[in-house]
Amino acid sequence: MRVRVIKEKCQGHNRCYSLAPELFDVDDLGNAFELNDGVVPAGLEDKARLAMKNCPEFAIEITED
Amino acid sequence: MGSIYGPVTDWQNDFDHTDPEYNERIHEIWDDLLNAKKCPVAHTERFGGTWLPMTHEHVREIAYDTDHFTSRAVVVSTVKPDDAPIPPLPAPIGAAPPITSDPPFHQEARRLLLPAFAPKMIEPWEKEVEKICHDLIDAMGDREFIDAAVDYAQHIPVQVIARMLGFPLEDADKFRGFVHLVLEAVNESPEARQAAFESFNEYLDRQIQDHKDNPRDDLTTYLMNAEIMGNKLQDEHVRGTIVLILIAGIDTTWSGIGSSLWHLAGHPIDRGRLVDNPDLVPSATEEFLRAYAPVTMARMVKDDHDFHGCPMQKDDWVLLPFPAANRDPEVFEDADKVIIDREENRHAAFGLGIHRCLGSNLARLEMNVATRVFLQRFPDFEFAQGEQTKWSIGQVRGPRKLPVRVLARRPRP
Repeated sequence: MRVRVIKEKCQGHNRCYSLAPELFDVDDLGNAFELNDGVVPAGLEDKARLAMKNCPEFAIEITED
Repeated sequence: MGSIYGPVTDWQNDFDHTDPEYNERIHEIWDDLLNAKKCPVAHTERFGGTWLPMTHEHVREIAYDTDHFTSRAVVVSTVKPDDAPIPPLPAPIGAAPPITSDPPFHQEARRLLLPAFAPKMIEPWEKEVEKICHDLIDAMGDREFIDAAVDYAQHIPVQVIARMLGFPLEDADKFRGFVHLVLEAVNESPEARQAAFESFNEYLDRQIQDHKDNPRDDLTTYLMNAEIMGNKLQDEHVRGTIVLILIAGIDTTWSGIGSSLWHLAGHPIDRGRLVDNPDLVPSATEEFLRAYAPVTMARMVKDDHDFHGCPMQKDDWVLLPFPAANRDPEVFEDADKVIIDREENRHAAFGLGIHRCLGSNLARLEMNVATRVFLQRFPDFEFAQGEQTKWSIGQVRGPRKLPVRVLARRPRP
């Protein structure tokens, strides 16, 4: 599984960073980006989905391998 | 002093978000307006013409559409920006940048402030907020009856924002007076508003002068030295941004904390769950933000525009009720239920699009800490019998009076 923050949509709500800090980080302006090239380590798939489902801007994409 | 319009008698055709009944009966009023299905968007002639979209889709569409809707005024009042006695900076800057700014200037003005409010800059405030909360509860002594809004919620953001701006902590009452002026007294006569704004501006000029004489490590000094494209900010820009931080940083969070405690006073099961499991507080806070979102923003129509069949005219106001969007069953399951461990919660309490609340990380921190500490110290409480919750007036909704009876208390850890 991979996650991706769609840069043009992210407005820095920081929901993903607070729900899944293993998968997302934020830059100095508070905008989110995915860690580890977006590769979701085994066992964290539910956290990835949780982050996606809590983004107010629909800015997180998940692709299943 | 009071509204120049008088009370509402016909909500469907003549609604008024500043009528005290609006925030008291907000959910009924929205349902009533949605069921009326006139134009898909409710309309009133008040304030020179005001629209009220209510679905998530419509609110979202307008929030994202900076071509047809301008942010140059975001608080609906009896005075439109072109008629103001002291005209604000022209678009795209506006009176309180960046919230009153439009692209592309908006991005520059916002970029100046974003780092100060990014998560990693806000996290260290947790200890300070915790201390503020415990101190407030200590000051209540062993009173059985307290006011969770007056004695607690209203003080927390004021103390944080005064520290951030480097303003005197003892001016807290003044700040709350300014909040009332900007957000609640919006239906008073233009003359009354002008006089009050003059004294607000004088106060801010004195604080800015004090920072000129004694620069220090705070947001005010930072703004005075900041540059956009190689130029120092205009004085009006500095003052406007301070207005924004002062007003938006206080009233909103005060309302958010108050509404959370209002819910908990009336819902013993939720209260018990959070006392037993404080790790659930952040999730509960998100749900309180969804269900009782404090902030309704506003836009103005740039040029005559047909919005899904509604004939919007240039300079009409458009309210953006994010709290109504948050109750849209198309987007939220069981939208009218408060579920403190709701798993999927894309609420729009902090807005959508480029104007996402700059202080959202700080607001969340304050709400989480305030709820956690309150429950830690008062694990059991209820509404005080025979007393009424008093709700705010206008675009920011929250309890201004919240009398509760403390049923159990614990000492400061």
